[in-house]
Amino acid sequence: MTAVDLTLSERRARPAGRANWLTVPVILGLIVCAGWLVIALTIPLWSPYDPLATSGLPLLPPGAQHLLGTDALGRDVLARTLYGARASLPLAFAVIAGGVTIGCLLGGLAGFFGGWPDGILMRLTDVTLAFPAILLAMVMTAALGPGLFHAGIAMVIVWWPIYARLLRAQILSVKEQAHVEAAVAAGVGRSRLMRVHILPLAITPVLVNATMDLGQVVLLAAGLSFIGLGANPPTPEWGLMINDGTIHFYQWWVALGPGLAILSLVLAFNFVGDGVRDLLDVRTPGRSP
Amino acid sequence: MSSYVVRRVAAMPALLLAVVTVTFLITRLIPASPLTSILGPRALTDPSAVAAAKEHWGLNGPLIGQYWHYLDNMLHGDFGTSFVTKNNVATDLGVRLPATLELMTAAIIVAVIGGIGIGVLVATRQNKLTDHAGRFFALVGSSTPVFWSGLVLLLFLSTRWHLFPGPGRLDSRSLPPPRYTGFFVIDTLLAGDFSLCWQAVRHLMLPAFVLGWGVMGTVSRIVRASMLDVLNQDYIRTARAKGVRERTVVLKHALRNALLPALTIVGFSVAFLITGAVLVEQIFSWPGIGSYAVTAAESLDFPAIMGVTIVGGAAFLIASLVTDLAYAVADPQIRLS
Repeated sequence: MTAVDLTLSERRARPAGRANWLTVPVILGLIVCAGWLVIALTIPLWSPYDPLATSGLPLLPPGAQHLLGTDALGRDVLARTLYGARASLPLAFAVIAGGVTIGCLLGGLAGFFGGWPDGILMRLTDVTLAFPAILLAMVMTAALGPGLFHAGIAMVIVWWPIYARLLRAQILSVKEQAHVEAAVAAGVGRSRLMRVHILPLAITPVLVNATMDLGQVVLLAAGLSFIGLGANPPTPEWGLMINDGTIHFYQWWVALGPGLAILSLVLAFNFVGDGVRDLLDVRTPGRSP
Repeated sequence: MSSYVVRRVAAMPALLLAVVTVTFLITRLIPASPLTSILGPRALTDPSAVAAAKEHWGLNGPLIGQYWHYLDNMLHGDFGTSFVTKNNVATDLGVRLPATLELMTAAIIVAVIGGIGIGVLVATRQNKLTDHAGRFFALVGSSTPVFWSGLVLLLFLSTRWHLFPGPGRLDSRSLPPPRYTGFFVIDTLLAGDFSLCWQAVRHLMLPAFVLGWGVMGTVSRIVRASMLDVLNQDYIRTARAKGVRERTVVLKHALRNALLPALTIVGFSVAFLITGAVLVEQIFSWPGIGSYAVTAAESLDFPAIMGVTIVGGAAFLIASLVTDLAYAVADPQIRLS
């Protein structure tokens, strides 16, 4: 292969550079995410209806008074949908933050020191990853009792091994790079080596994956609530509201708001995740629990 | 390569034992008492009823003893008696597992056919309207909660427009076919009842689509990426230069190379399919192990929860093993590690 061929194929292999990460879907995703964030933060200030109180006749179809109708207890579906963001968004961020923190701490130690701590950690992740996510979460929430907080704990336990393994693998590969060797030769201390020379390079894929996983957490949390293992009634929570929709099957509007809410938020998270991946220019194989 | 296989297969029993142990510990160390769900709140105040129930369900004695007891029984195919159905858990699971497997198989077929179709369509019409529409359709599938899309499709396609039958594996008036495999589509054929077979297929369509739609996005992404990769290769240019028809170039030369990654990604999606099946079964009243698991978790039916988790964990481990091995065969780079 000649030099020209080489550059050509290199360019072909990396079509997305830093320059064009801000595509239309990414911008849309950012706007929707920001919108939900603003709603979650400010909804109590401007919501015309109380999400927990009866504000009209039960099961009213959408109309001027209630844009998305009312549920079986006469509560405004739109207000409950918007309030639902106050359950889903903090939960998603908390689960990912918890998973990334625990995962990076343990994965970082294992990757950096190797030896028996590494062995123990890898077996631990093997066992955790051997459970299908929903079954582990179901066992955990059944044991701890239903509730969003317990569902959150269960999901952190489901997610941390993924980040631990990812960071460990990254550290192992960065450790082999020439600049680390040079730093060691120059007499850089272990903690500085880790902080300055290894971690900044190794952590990028973890952050990208974490962004992409936000949507998955929203979906799983809603799923757990849907089967009665997440939020407790009367919390305005999307999965729980869709469960109401299955009971009042013919009143389609009961489940419409929460369904669209989940869809829009997860789509937006996915779009933003794609953007972050292109921005940081990492290639990770598709993987979700 | 062979040492990799040996290592992976050898790790299986250890991982299964770990799954059993972890499940056992979680269900035994928890604050919530299973006695509540066995006896009901009123009988809990009666000490003799409590003692009898503890005796009967093996909740007495030290934890380690209970653990050995459980392992020993399990190795003899006895997962204990469900607190709720009062049946042996292994029997319950045996009855319900085929329903779930039939649903998941159908979903995988939907995902592979749909994913490859969209992937090819999208790769050959890059950046045109079809490209964007196809990718968006696939992305919506993986961003929609299955329990909501199932609900919406059931309401409109089944109840309003009568295009598909309602929930369940068969119409409520139909009797299930004699049981050979537990797959209704196959059992009805074996019984020679073609109209019942068609009914079973029609009942499968909606839930299988809802479940498969989520994986379709992943499959189509992989197919699209590998198709684009392949279509830029020199031998494709050669084929075109020789005057091979575009159809043949795409479907024969390019797609063949894009198929293997598509199939392995389905293996990686098994976890998603298990999660999805639990939720889809709820919506479609599908009598599989997913709905069994939900009932068990709600009523703290420990033997049933453990049985489902162990069977699910085993299925997941086997699927991961098969996928990893298939992946190693397909991609020589993996073999090194």
